Amino acid sequence: MKRLLIGNEAVAWGLYNGGIGLVSSYPGTPSTEITEFLAKHDDIHSEWAPNEKVAMETAFGASLAGMRSVCAMKHVGLNVAADPLFTLSYTGVTGGMVVCVADDPAMHSSQNEQDSRHYAIAAKVPMLEPSDSAEAYAFAKSAFELSEKYDTPVLLRMCTRIAHSQCVVDIGEREEVPLKDYVKQPSKYIMMPGYAKLRHPVVEERTEKLKALAEDCMYNRVELAKDNEIGIITSGCSYLYVKEVFGDGVSVLKIGMPNPLPEKMIRSFAAKVKKLYVIEELDPVIENHVKALGIEVTGKSLFSAIGEFSQKTIREAFVKEGIAVKDIPEAQGEAPAVPGRPPMMCSGCPHRGMYYTLVKNHITVLGDIGCYTLGAVAPLNALDSTLCMGASVSGIHGFNVARGSETEKKTVAVIGDSTFMHSGMTGLVNIAYNATNSTVIILDNSITGMTGHQQNPTTGYNIKGDPAAKVNLEALCKALGINRVRVVDPYDLKACEEAVLEELAVEEPSVIISRRPCVLLKYVKPKKPLAVDTDKCRGCKKCMKMGCPSISFKDGKARIDRTLCVGCGVCSQLCAFGAIGGNEE
Amino acid sequence: MKTTSIMIVGVGGQGSLLASRLLGTLLTDEGYDVKVSEVHGMSQRGGSVVTYVRYGEKVYSPIVTEGECDFIISFEKLEAARYAACLRRGGKIIVNTQEIDPMPVITGAAEYPAGVLEDLKAKGFDVDDFDALTPAIEAGSAKAVNIVLMGHFAKHTEIPKEKWLAAMEKVINPKFLEMNRKAFDLGYEER
Repeated sequence: MKRLLIGNEAVAWGLYNGGIGLVSSYPGTPSTEITEFLAKHDDIHSEWAPNEKVAMETAFGASLAGMRSVCAMKHVGLNVAADPLFTLSYTGVTGGMVVCVADDPAMHSSQNEQDSRHYAIAAKVPMLEPSDSAEAYAFAKSAFELSEKYDTPVLLRMCTRIAHSQCVVDIGEREEVPLKDYVKQPSKYIMMPGYAKLRHPVVEERTEKLKALAEDCMYNRVELAKDNEIGIITSGCSYLYVKEVFGDGVSVLKIGMPNPLPEKMIRSFAAKVKKLYVIEELDPVIENHVKALGIEVTGKSLFSAIGEFSQKTIREAFVKEGIAVKDIPEAQGEAPAVPGRPPMMCSGCPHRGMYYTLVKNHITVLGDIGCYTLGAVAPLNALDSTLCMGASVSGIHGFNVARGSETEKKTVAVIGDSTFMHSGMTGLVNIAYNATNSTVIILDNSITGMTGHQQNPTTGYNIKGDPAAKVNLEALCKALGINRVRVVDPYDLKACEEAVLEELAVEEPSVIISRRPCVLLKYVKPKKPLAVDTDKCRGCKKCMKMGCPSISFKDGKARIDRTLCVGCGVCSQLCAFGAIGGNEE
Repeated sequence: MKTTSIMIVGVGGQGSLLASRLLGTLLTDEGYDVKVSEVHGMSQRGGSVVTYVRYGEKVYSPIVTEGECDFIISFEKLEAARYAACLRRGGKIIVNTQEIDPMPVITGAAEYPAGVLEDLKAKGFDVDDFDALTPAIEAGSAKAVNIVLMGHFAKHTEIPKEKWLAAMEKVINPKFLEMNRKAFDLGYEER
């Protein structure tokens, strides 16, 4: 069956046909769809875990039990799951285990652009890196066998362009793989010093075997050109850009297994060409390896370690090198300067009312990762920091220790429901245990929003949409040691302000749950749109301070776009002249 | 054959993913090698979004850079201007004349540029601008702007209309197919 697939769906098909039995993941752009597509198959187990560490350890458990297992995450998710990864390298696997990790060069949806290849090197596990959906399918399918044959978890590295680009893939049939027998193997699976010391040499021996594999495998290949002036070692989407610019005009060593890298293959390729380049996005991983072999090569001095490449990057670099490039495109003209269009919180977003309250009262806000990070942009400019998942809750504690009552009375942490489950809980325990008068606001919109509406342990539904155990956030926060827990509706500005001011004033830690489901959820029915009574509107622009995309200012008056407005009513609470209304039942 | 490059640009939430899926399916069915690069994640929250569609005998890169684009299909005026430098000499811009204010305009930090399409035309850009919103609403939903634009673009290709309709059956929920067929026809008929 031939179909046009995004890279992530191709990975899902490869894993499915390769005999996967379990996938456990936490969503994260650009990796989310791998798990979503796997969840469409009812003959395997799929789930959203509370975080990537839990996901990887769940996959470990399934592998231990003899099942082929997978976890998928974005690059920063691998930081969270790094703890099990490094020791999984020692234990190895029973059922094949694949860890999909998606990097985000250019940070389309991320807080950094770290290069996951360093993890493969540091944890001493093999990594595969496809260049398009067809390879993503083939590499993913092969990864379980690789994992079982070499007794190691396998990292499959994607990047935004490959994860979200489509090309035609020929999808084969699923291989049914029975559970392997479970045999107790203490020296392989109990990683205490005595046994771990025995496993480390096994890891080193495995790396030598994988190095031998790298010399002759389906992942790495040489494409020799007729003339041998230029040789390029490349991988991932950089390979596509090289081929786009040069076609068969230059020799290429395409690396599909960035760890461990081949040695003989590179020496032999380098010997065949007059001038050698490495073209790789982000860090000079291949370049450093080539240089360590004592081979002269040009890499990051010509191709940046920052952001994404394109065919334009390649063309411009070689023109700078004085190398002829064919078919340089000619633009019709320059683009006129136009105002930017940054992403923003949606019309009717429940986070807006709470943010408005915080901004109005000049509160310092430690932020977190999710849709609500968009509270950082104008006109709200509500946030003071965003670091990583959970850092708002842990961070406010340190902030308040450093500055004491000066900040305790005017600082909050904001964190979403899913992010709180991911890694906010432990920070809250620390606030209670080590006693700062910190105030944490859980922005509970009853879904994992930014990644496109995934269920989480607070929603009451699992990945299939079936009813599941639902974490009671109020009871949880109390159990973690917080005595003051209250719930407010963020559409009610008066209640928000009362809650924030009271909880900031008290001499003990507190949690405010700002609760209202995301307006994009299908079960949330929009109210009738609001309208501005132009006779009453004085053009004071107060309603525009909260940054609702439905409200604009034309001819001295506020105006509401009826196609965008969902009638949340927050703006009408701001208007001192009663000029906004029109959707009363 | 030379690779043809198309960019579908607009504002997050306007339905560019469905348009690119339709194009990708159609071109694959026509036997071309096809690459489509989508946008997911943060920019979908009301930000500027761009999707690339490339087809030909053998397509490597999934993205389109300056001076390479044969057709820019824009869901919104400002977005057509934003990506205009990607158009190759002799390429064409097809644009819905709808205006959606970006946040800097809403907050008053910037103004929505007046006459932005006229400026492009004056600079020699080949701009085919028309109102796709009215026919979309006539067909049954403001959300059908994407299919009105596809209908209008179809005239610029050599692929017969029935092939487009067949591809629509593959990618559009049967519940909304009739409405989208009407939207496609209205876009196709637009002068």
